[in-house]
Amino acid sequence: MSVNPAASEKASRIPGVAFIFKKALISALVALVLFSLMIGVRTEAGPSGQLIYWTRFDDLAAMVATVFGGSIVVELLRQWWGPVGTVRVVPPPVQDALAVAGRWVAPVLLIFTFLVPVIFYNERYILDLGILVLTYVMLGWGLNVVVGLAGLLDLGYVAFYAVGAYSYALLATNFGLSFWVCLPLAGILAAFWGVLLGFPVLRLRGDYLAIVTLAFGEIIRLVIINWQSLTGGPNGVTGIPRPTMFGIPLSPGEDGLAARLGIEFSPTHRIVFLFYLILALALLTNWVTIRLRRLPIGRAWEALREDEVACRALGINTTTTKLTAFATGAMFGGFAGAFFATRQGFISPESFTFQESALVLAIVVLGGMGSQLGVALAALAMIGGFELFRGLDQYRMLVFGVAMVLLMIWRPRGLVGHRAPTVFLERNQAISSDLVKEGHG
Amino acid sequence: MNDGDILSVEHLTMRFGGIVAVNDLSFGAERRQITALIGPNGAGKTTVFNCITGFYKPTSGAMKLTHDDGRGIQLERLNDFRISKQARVARTFQNIRLFPGMTALENLMVAQHNALMRASGLTFLGLIGAPSWRRAETRAIDLARTWLERIGLLGRADDAAGNLPYGDQRRLEIARAMCTEPALLCLDEPAAGLNARESAALSELLLAIRTDHGTSILLIEHDMSVVMEISDRVVVMDYGVKIAEGTPREVRDDPKVIAAYLGADEEEAIAVMESGT
Repeated sequence: MSVNPAASEKASRIPGVAFIFKKALISALVALVLFSLMIGVRTEAGPSGQLIYWTRFDDLAAMVATVFGGSIVVELLRQWWGPVGTVRVVPPPVQDALAVAGRWVAPVLLIFTFLVPVIFYNERYILDLGILVLTYVMLGWGLNVVVGLAGLLDLGYVAFYAVGAYSYALLATNFGLSFWVCLPLAGILAAFWGVLLGFPVLRLRGDYLAIVTLAFGEIIRLVIINWQSLTGGPNGVTGIPRPTMFGIPLSPGEDGLAARLGIEFSPTHRIVFLFYLILALALLTNWVTIRLRRLPIGRAWEALREDEVACRALGINTTTTKLTAFATGAMFGGFAGAFFATRQGFISPESFTFQESALVLAIVVLGGMGSQLGVALAALAMIGGFELFRGLDQYRMLVFGVAMVLLMIWRPRGLVGHRAPTVFLERNQAISSDLVKEGHG
Repeated sequence: MNDGDILSVEHLTMRFGGIVAVNDLSFGAERRQITALIGPNGAGKTTVFNCITGFYKPTSGAMKLTHDDGRGIQLERLNDFRISKQARVARTFQNIRLFPGMTALENLMVAQHNALMRASGLTFLGLIGAPSWRRAETRAIDLARTWLERIGLLGRADDAAGNLPYGDQRRLEIARAMCTEPALLCLDEPAAGLNARESAALSELLLAIRTDHGTSILLIEHDMSVVMEISDRVVVMDYGVKIAEGTPREVRDDPKVIAAYLGADEEEAIAVMESGT
């Protein structure tokens, strides 16, 4: 019987027991150093401010032993698994099944979303969660224009969300303008701020761009906190009018929608209305983005992400192309902000921290940059996941973090990593993610 | 240099700090002709290209592009994208710069950006799907299809550009440049990395571009068989200055060129030059 050369080669490459043992020992040592202070010694301030500490060496020993054992298990698993690669991690039949499922996911998800208020009419919690998820879907789709299509890393997206929210809140409370007048205004103002941010960062790329956009997000937040006479500072803006159904308020009064339709008033009406409102706004974002991708401007965004130098050689004005990307993304952020303000009825700078920017960016990256479906799925997973793990209390973030790391190992380019072409002659075939650039500025 | 030149470069100098990459270079590219810019590595050829196509701002000198209607444009006054948009100078790159994650067809559509931008009413007409936009888009796809057919890539129109073989990528980049409908096409080493058969196909393509479209071509090339076969004029550079200019035959026999090209070893240089015939 002949020996399979590939198998013998593989066998020769398997590291020995000594190697595994050494690796586990190093891991244990690192764990010992790390945890000796974090777990080994517990410190607390005493009643009169003095230092109280006690040692927990048994916990420390257990932790180090776990790391040692875990390291061996991981190393054995890795040998059994072989080198990690996308082809290896996801076997072809599963990939085919996923492709088939992929075609049905979007329509099914859309129909289900339309039916959510019908199915869960009496479950306020689910409706609220649905509104929250849809808000992030919309934000994700908006940021997707900037990050996913144009490849400009924007860490300050929440600034436009804030501009939209404060635009509506201030215009409505000070001038009594209705939601439907303020909505486009909020979008326009946010787009204007998007262009303002765009100008100074035009020359920046990659990390530098990220830092400046991050700073921009903070500047907007700090201005809102400190410009007390206009924004109310940390106290926020209260009494923001609720949205009306084109002038008909959703209130229990005589001129309310319920009274006019002759049905009994229920506070759920407003929730359902808000649900469909944000759904409509999100779908508008999606529709416009899909449309724009097939127009020269959308193709120029993607070309910019792929190769900026080549774009300039083809006569594409990279300045206006970048600015329109910022403005379009910001406009959708502004719409979402106006919705957020009318839904909450109260806004304060606390809602517009960097964490929000990071969350939306995580949704875009996790979803697969540039993919509309991926972003929607990622928003559902992230926001829904947060709620799903609520029962785990303090371990929620831990479980969530592990889930994200695993997802990134499994699909390093996001849930939907491939790119769909915007135009085709015969075959509309997806482009593999390893060819598509992430953009760098 | 004469009045018929589409491009006339005069006293072009480009300094990077203390290094003079191009020193007082003057040459012309004739209309509807193929002009080759050759010279040893580091002679400053690509720097000249970068000046002409606006990627570098020359330290001094003038570059004038004269269109068919007699309209003259000073290239040194325009910057980056305007050279392609207004002066209609297209270029390719030494290391291919396609959009790898976009299909071959999309690459050619991006090249028609400015025309399509106008047709789509700066996006607004396109967003509502106006009939005029639809017609313009169909025309753009047809133009792209024509070019894909000419470079023999019609069957791979929907494949990602990054997935195409090297030679195909070279041709696609030329087609992409041609989709901008340029008056002057600047090619930076189009035959680099091509085998003999592909080089021959490239020569044919370039001659066809010159004859069928009346596009003037300026090319940098190391492959002497291509240079000698297709160029009408050759400009030879070394250390940033022009050392010879003339027809391929004249240049090939110029002792200065032979000396510069392969150092002092004339016999070897002659062998290389002869290989082009």
